[in-house]
Amino acid sequence: MAVTEKDIQESKKVYKEKYGFADPDQAIYKAPKGLDPERVIEISQMKHEPEWMLNFRLKSLEIFNKKPVPTWGADLSKIPFEDLSYFVRTTEKQGTTWEDVPEYIKDTFDKLGIPEAERKFLAGVSAQYESEVVYHSIQKDLEAKGVIFLSTEEGLEQHPELFRQYFGTVIPSADNKFAAMNGAFWSGGSFVYVPPGVQVTIPLQAYFRINAEQMGQFERTLIIVDEGAYVHYVEGCTAPVYSTDSFHSGVIEIIVQKNARCRYTTIQNWSTNVYNLVTQRSAVYEGGVMEWVDANLGSNITMKYPSVYLMEPGAKGDILSIAYAGDGQVLDAGGKAVHVAPNTSSKIISKSISQHGGRTSFRGLLKIYKGAERSKSAMRCDALILDQESRSDTYPTIEIEEEQVNLGHEAVVSRIGEDQLFYLMSRGLSESEAAGMIVSGFIEPIVKELPMEYAVEMNRLIQLQMDKAVG
Amino acid sequence: MATEQPFFLIDDLHVEIEENEILRGVDLSVKRGEIHAIMGPNGSGKSTLAHTLMGHPSYEATAGQVLFNGEDILERDPNDRAKLGIFLAFQYPLAIPGVSTLNFLRTSLKAVKQEEISARQFRKHLLEKMDLLKISREFAGRYLNDGFSGGEKKRMEILQMAVLEPELAVLDEIDSGLDIDAIRAVGEGISSLMHPEMSIVIITHYPRILHYVRPDYVHIMVDGKIRQSGGFELAEELEAKGYDVLLKEVMQTSS
Repeated sequence: MAVTEKDIQESKKVYKEKYGFADPDQAIYKAPKGLDPERVIEISQMKHEPEWMLNFRLKSLEIFNKKPVPTWGADLSKIPFEDLSYFVRTTEKQGTTWEDVPEYIKDTFDKLGIPEAERKFLAGVSAQYESEVVYHSIQKDLEAKGVIFLSTEEGLEQHPELFRQYFGTVIPSADNKFAAMNGAFWSGGSFVYVPPGVQVTIPLQAYFRINAEQMGQFERTLIIVDEGAYVHYVEGCTAPVYSTDSFHSGVIEIIVQKNARCRYTTIQNWSTNVYNLVTQRSAVYEGGVMEWVDANLGSNITMKYPSVYLMEPGAKGDILSIAYAGDGQVLDAGGKAVHVAPNTSSKIISKSISQHGGRTSFRGLLKIYKGAERSKSAMRCDALILDQESRSDTYPTIEIEEEQVNLGHEAVVSRIGEDQLFYLMSRGLSESEAAGMIVSGFIEPIVKELPMEYAVEMNRLIQLQMDKAVG
Repeated sequence: MATEQPFFLIDDLHVEIEENEILRGVDLSVKRGEIHAIMGPNGSGKSTLAHTLMGHPSYEATAGQVLFNGEDILERDPNDRAKLGIFLAFQYPLAIPGVSTLNFLRTSLKAVKQEEISARQFRKHLLEKMDLLKISREFAGRYLNDGFSGGEKKRMEILQMAVLEPELAVLDEIDSGLDIDAIRAVGEGISSLMHPEMSIVIITHYPRILHYVRPDYVHIMVDGKIRQSGGFELAEELEAKGYDVLLKEVMQTSS
């Protein structure tokens, strides 16, 4: 029953074949390593940015340099800041058909199934390779309705006023060290605007790929959902398996206007040599709804707590997350709900699985400000630990300044029991099938929130990770 | 009619849990088409026998053999035993939250029969069995045993048996914790599934269910060994006298 080193190597091999393959490094420009202000100026010039953005970047770099590396979560002391390339360009121009994309990059996305998914069930696709978006498309009818789905650079260039009105307002660079780092080096990501009343009923998807070794990817996404509109944005990410570390630090800002609704789904499957430190936050206005569905399966270390700031009465925020930590992985995830206005409601639900010595931590923060009376919040985290070597911790924080509120908090940690496995095995399932069934049942309440294609993918990815684990 | 050859044979089985010997030489011979009841007081080793027959990893067989169709199955994993056609109805069925009864049973049937079954075909098979056992179809979509009452769980065990169609069913205290009506429902369900190619070993503390699942043989187990065997009349005798009186008689004759 014990997991051998061979099993773990086997399971790594499966990732390597499916997602972890690498293209030869064919970058047309790669910034020298390190965190010099020169690098920031160079990125800004290469992107032909207005001066305010250059100043924003330089200011962000200052903030980054001043802030210490956080010590309250996972161990970040070994991040090789000076050894990373902070900007890698692979093509001069962004494609709007796959034919425009350099062939080796197109092959990569083919292998990852992106063009196929685009044909089948997506309203728009953005594909980022290294630092920049290399392909990008949106259905014509959505474009006709005024929906904007561009790379962030294009957003800045083509819609300068709208862009500047919102950029950096939800997550200022001073928020945390890695938001500041992103502020200085941001490149790629999506700019989305959905006009009042427009319902984008099938998802937009962004796919992030890191190919180079020792690379820092800093996508920056800004999504504005105007009054009464709806959009579902999905992001996926993978990288080759290297022995050196890469780094991913995204910033995602979302504005949900009155009675609008936004759902943002992440399926993070980085290889286990990637640090994944992401800040994602949404400001939700009157009667608006924000839903984060956050699945973290890969990376070496992840620290990620999607947040909702409920700014006006009736605003609602749900944060659903799944984390799977295997050998050597530390997944520190959860969510954060901040109630500023009365009659707001939030839900933070987390499911985590740890196996082969992996470690999951749930960090939930609930803050209810004075004046946010009659607010409601529920926080729940369930952890499933699959073996003796693995670990799970829970760190809830609740700060309440208002008396008339309705709160619930629950945390359950369980281990897969011998009896549960025996029961399923007595019905013909092998030990690994039995464990897989228990795990897929465990995450079902969150997986059922995903569109069918992603739900299938999600179950498949988890089974893949577990396959060689038991038995 | 029962065929000649015993297709299920327990021969001098000794079993330990954490180095305590619980079974001390159990012998049992079952032919196709037979129903055997194993009765005994609490702590006599009945449930240990059930778990051992299905291959629970905590139960270690230290001596003896268990032959199914002539093959010793003691070294086999529980899932292999299921594939051979052995089924255990649990005294305490476990809940699997998030997995619907329908999905679970389809996976299980595919594993046991080792063949593909289309979703439509399976659904039909399942609904037939549910109707036969008078189980509400609504249970197909519910998470397996999650939030079910004791009686509902036991009826789901019988449904699983109906779907998987084993050759040998071991029913471990299928009647425990049930009220009179539920015992009748479960008992009638079991007997409706019985056929000449199938055998049942029903383990119970109380004789009541045996009025619905009428055994060909009744065995009394005490201290990890079968001490007395007989026909249905032995269950009736037990019902009349109670364990205390009967066991005194049994122990006197066997010592």
